[in-house]
Amino acid sequence: MIKVEGLTKRYARTVAVDNISFEVEKGQIVGFLGPNGAGKTTTMRVLTCFLPPTSGTANVAGFDVLENPMEVKKRIGYLPETPPLYPEMEVVEYLRFTGQLKGISSADIGKKVNEVIGRCALGDVSKKLIGKLSKGYRQRVGLAQAIIHNPDVLILDEPTSGLDPKQIIEIRELLKHLSGDHTIILSTHILSEVEQSCERVIIISQGKLVAIDSVANLTNRLRGSESVALEVESPNGTPNPSDVQGRLEQVSGVSRVVLKDSKNGRLAFEVESLQGRIIRAELARTVVNSGWNLSELRAVGLSLEDIFLELTSTEKKKAAPAEPAAPAPEGGKQ
Amino acid sequence: MKNVLLICFKEFKSYFVSPIGYAVMALFALIFGITFYTSTSQMVQMGFRAQMMGQQQPMSVNEMVIRPLLGFAGTIVLFLVPMITMRLIDEEKRNGTIELLLTPPIKDIEIILGKWLAALLLYVCTIGMSALNLAMLFLWGKPDLKPVLVAYLGLLLQGACLLAIGIFVSTTTKNQIVAGGVTFFLSLLLYLLSYYTEFATGAFWQALNYLSIVTHMENFSKGVIDSKDIVFYLSMIFFSLFLTQRSMESLRWRA
Repeated sequence: MIKVEGLTKRYARTVAVDNISFEVEKGQIVGFLGPNGAGKTTTMRVLTCFLPPTSGTANVAGFDVLENPMEVKKRIGYLPETPPLYPEMEVVEYLRFTGQLKGISSADIGKKVNEVIGRCALGDVSKKLIGKLSKGYRQRVGLAQAIIHNPDVLILDEPTSGLDPKQIIEIRELLKHLSGDHTIILSTHILSEVEQSCERVIIISQGKLVAIDSVANLTNRLRGSESVALEVESPNGTPNPSDVQGRLEQVSGVSRVVLKDSKNGRLAFEVESLQGRIIRAELARTVVNSGWNLSELRAVGLSLEDIFLELTSTEKKKAAPAEPAAPAPEGGKQ
Repeated sequence: MKNVLLICFKEFKSYFVSPIGYAVMALFALIFGITFYTSTSQMVQMGFRAQMMGQQQPMSVNEMVIRPLLGFAGTIVLFLVPMITMRLIDEEKRNGTIELLLTPPIKDIEIILGKWLAALLLYVCTIGMSALNLAMLFLWGKPDLKPVLVAYLGLLLQGACLLAIGIFVSTTTKNQIVAGGVTFFLSLLLYLLSYYTEFATGAFWQALNYLSIVTHMENFSKGVIDSKDIVFYLSMIFFSLFLTQRSMESLRWRA
């Protein structure tokens, strides 16, 4: 759906985006991650035909942003970082205006506006002046503006900034709901945001692509091994810690077992696997076969936050990324 | 065309949501009204005096009241135009709403034409206030209508031309004050050119004289439609809108 090749954007002296290539398939939600000034907004602006690229190409739904901007624009809904609102307009009036700008005929506009007001839960404020709305509502009006014409591609620059947690969850639900027929690119600093709503992550730092992969793969790739939190209890009293530890260590693929905690008759362990081994199933079987109860078993992933810091800070230290940027095919497997 | 109208209506409406639309119209009505009153009463007094002295001098309302008044309106316009255009595009740039206008499938020129038409509409409404005053002359006197209409056509063209220049200035900055100020001084310069070059000879000065908006206004206020003047105004409008379009395009490269 979106194909970016060798995209470079240079401002007078600075290179904002440096030779970035990626692809996004139809229906995916992709998170665009990077520290401030990494070039997220610039890349998005190129995709929306707001800025022309200095070199390289960007394709949306098969149309080039330079050669066929009108066709690209028809298929894109864009929410910039600061929602582009007219404070002197009423919400309904504003949505009618933007909807018509995007080519909705005046016969359909009423229906579309009502629909999007329902979707973004703007019913209570639809007759208010935008200038009088709180930040959360403004953000939602901005989002409503982006989705009103039901675009194939949604480009959202920090869609959840300034929202309260409940609203964030609502927006997240809305995005999930939209992702079926819409391709969504969203940028954010909030990493849990990406973990929760995105299928794939594109990390850029200082204008360069650092990583592009699924959240799960990215975690695995960096860590290389799996880490599992495990809680064991016994039907008759607390099991002997060293006994349990010994058994767990014998499971094939386990590299390290650490006793984390022991209370209320439960023992909590953290078990790490060898490179590339999946050990959860085998661990569970071992515990149960030994006559203990398995009260908790979960994979402890490296949080995206850690990955993010590692990727973007190694970039600075060594000038070359610790993990070379994955080529598009690897990410495209799913 | 649909998009042009869409933007035009939105923009025209926003003039009347903010105080600007009312301020422009009220200020013009006030100043024009006072001037109308003084010049009409002067003419009436002159009429009485002539009668008392027994002179039967022909007096023309057109020549004595309407022509200088509309000429004066052309001067007030210099102050009104910056007020009308100073927020058109710079405000969009500052609020970030320019992204809203430049990302849907519409052309830059549609945005520009829409905004220019909205400005022109407000301008016409403003200038139209003066017609209320002049209507009184028609109620109680018998002025000639045609030269009045021609003078209004001149005012319309002059305003359209200055508004186009104002929009161009508005695209070059993010600051309303700068946009308004520069527009005012450009208009003033175009206005004063005729005074600078009044007695000048030589091709260069003649060319400068030709560029002055006053030179072209004179014919209209006399009630003369000269194609030379119309061509001048239309080409100035076209040129300014063209510059605006290029400037909008360069926004994308510079932004």
